[in-house]
Amino acid sequence: MSLLIKNARLVDGSGELGTADVLVAEGRIASLSGGDAARVVEAAGKVLAPALTDPHAHLRTPGQEVKEDLASGLRAAARGGYGAVLAMPNTDPVVQEPEQVQALLDEARKIPGARLFAAAALTRDQAGERLTPAALLAQAGASLLTDDGRTNEDAGVLARGLIYAGAAGLPVAVHAEDAGLRGGGVMNDGRLAAELGLSGNPHEAEAARVARDLEVLRYAVRKLEPLGRRPLLYFQHVSSARSVELIRAARAEGLPVCGEATPHHLTLSEDAWRDFDPLLKVAPPLRTTADVEALAGALEAGDLCAIGTDHAPHTRAEKERDLESAPFGIPSLEVAFALLYTELVAKRGLPLPVLIERMTSGPRRALGLEPARLEVGAPADLMLFDPGLERSVEPEKFISKARYSPWAGWRLSGWPLLTLVAGKEVWRDAAVA
Amino acid sequence: MGALTHLLDFEGWDRAQAENLLETARLMEEVLERPMKKVPALKGFTVATVFFEPSTRTKISFELAARRMSADVVGFSKAGSSLAKGESFKDTLLTLQAMALDAYVIRAPVAGMVHQAARWLRGVVVNAGDGRRAHPTQALLDAYTLLDDLGGLDGKKVAIIGDIANSRVARSNAQLLPLLGATVWAAGPAGLLPEDLPGARLTADLDEALEDADAVMVLRLQRERMGEGTLPSLREYVADYQVTAKRLARAKPTAPLLHPGPMNRDVEIEGALADGPQSRVERQVRAGEAVRMAVLYHLLVGRAA
Ligand SMILES: [Zn+2]
Repeated sequence: MSLLIKNARLVDGSGELGTADVLVAEGRIASLSGGDAARVVEAAGKVLAPALTDPHAHLRTPGQEVKEDLASGLRAAARGGYGAVLAMPNTDPVVQEPEQVQALLDEARKIPGARLFAAAALTRDQAGERLTPAALLAQAGASLLTDDGRTNEDAGVLARGLIYAGAAGLPVAVHAEDAGLRGGGVMNDGRLAAELGLSGNPHEAEAARVARDLEVLRYAVRKLEPLGRRPLLYFQHVSSARSVELIRAARAEGLPVCGEATPHHLTLSEDAWRDFDPLLKVAPPLRTTADVEALAGALEAGDLCAIGTDHAPHTRAEKERDLESAPFGIPSLEVAFALLYTELVAKRGLPLPVLIERMTSGPRRALGLEPARLEVGAPADLMLFDPGLERSVEPEKFISKARYSPWAGWRLSGWPLLTLVAGKEVWRDAAVA
Repeated sequence: MGALTHLLDFEGWDRAQAENLLETARLMEEVLERPMKKVPALKGFTVATVFFEPSTRTKISFELAARRMSADVVGFSKAGSSLAKGESFKDTLLTLQAMALDAYVIRAPVAGMVHQAARWLRGVVVNAGDGRRAHPTQALLDAYTLLDDLGGLDGKKVAIIGDIANSRVARSNAQLLPLLGATVWAAGPAGLLPEDLPGARLTADLDEALEDADAVMVLRLQRERMGEGTLPSLREYVADYQVTAKRLARAKPTAPLLHPGPMNRDVEIEGALADGPQSRVERQVRAGEAVRMAVLYHLLVGRAA
């Protein structure tokens, strides 16, 4: 069925493209100058952008469907303006066999929501010891290998993982924290943790691991060079100013590395811990306001190349335990875009095309995909949002099973009104006629 | 000064509030000196002691304090309770709340649990110690004991010695005693000092902390610290940080010596000192009862007034 989106302001990662009437037909952008369509959406004052890509979400399938499942996760993502989501493999069982990857992708195709990209474990059971079959996983459709949820303690294993994954054309994503330095820390280490009597996870735990992993990457680059291949190292949820500096220097040197920023590290600081609320418990932890500033600056400068939600749903009962036994993780698929539009673009003046780039082409490039462009012939994976529509965050109305949020009650604008995947509506807000 | 709604820590407290509560405690101690140690002040109120971490002394002290004022008392301890069967602490609290209780005296193993409880419960919450965070009635009874000896705390130097980083007693005293005019020094091994202890000066030099001190508070050393690796050697701790008669001589000659108990004799404190003339350990126990009576009274009756 064809669709005409009239008078929309077009923005993609390359910039502002002016106002146009976008015709969607047969799953693609058929025209930027109008045409006949079965349905028309009047979009004056609204922004049409490529649908977002989330390179980091925990959809908890298989095995932890009480927290989230593919349907709730992919529909929540669609509501958040996402057209594609990369699901992490730290499930039960861990996703590490080609058959598991295929089964997940098949299952997801039946769900009217965002597309699923599947990540598989880098090591067996994510134990950090024996590698998974990178080439077979790539052939089965895996997009990336990672032991996220765990840290890669053995540098030799990570090095060989980067080499095999690089040879198979897959990026490797790491949760970069030194397990020993991190210890049992539940919040950012520092004066506030000392004052609150809570165990601290120091930013040095992240920086130390980022520094080591960059050396490991250098080694893998050297080993793959004769084969004409390059590994790609993707740092998930970068949280501190020091880690940003290390990544910036590595990129300036030409190392194949990409750093990710999350909505929570970009908008919340450790100060919120004075409320003693386990909803704020996340790893790596929320840092200082200076770190938040550094992350926002690095995102704009391109030193951080992607925004990943690290959507990490748990049951409400789990998040109401005490601060030591409550699990780590903040769910954000349904608020991420409006949150970042409001906090970064509307309040801080981040250019909108930059935000769009870091949420579309940035992560796509890291996953080895073409940039997302609003041009004739491109797949109609699109997102329409209203910069003027202001609403409160209402977690009880989330599609996700995790119906709580550290941003509950925040007034945000830029809510996604319409999300299309291959021309099909996977989210339509009641505000769209 | 607003009425107290809960006693979680001393955030937002001022000097008048602290002095007012300690003054009530003095009246309560008079009750304890009578042959008939009971007043009807809390008749009709029900106080629950909810202990998610074992502590016989503190629990008994609170229960006695409530009973001295004619409150009904119910006790819940984690051991042998439904919590051991996996019930969440929120569910436990909500189940207790269904029993129409007025005050919850909560001891918790993790910082912030009492703040979570205060969000969920309708009654008043008294923090009987939450993890490393706070133990406000201990600090109040310490202040009460010190005032007995020193008359006032203005310009007085109080030295706290031991495992400062992991001590809720140190944190609460560092918040309360400066409100009353004292200067607080905290001394311990570098690995057991926090990055910051608001209200106190930190030092790894025991002698510096003890020098000319008007009062000395020795903390219990948890042997678990050895297993955690935050304290490499008990022998080294004893050599450098045990409070001995010889070291105590650096403090004022009559400086009162406090310990929150239970004591590891000849570990953090030389055994003989614990029974010596400067020891105030028994005085602290009695002060604890009076202070806890005052806290319950202020929260339950003072609020209604
Ligand atoms: Zn992670």
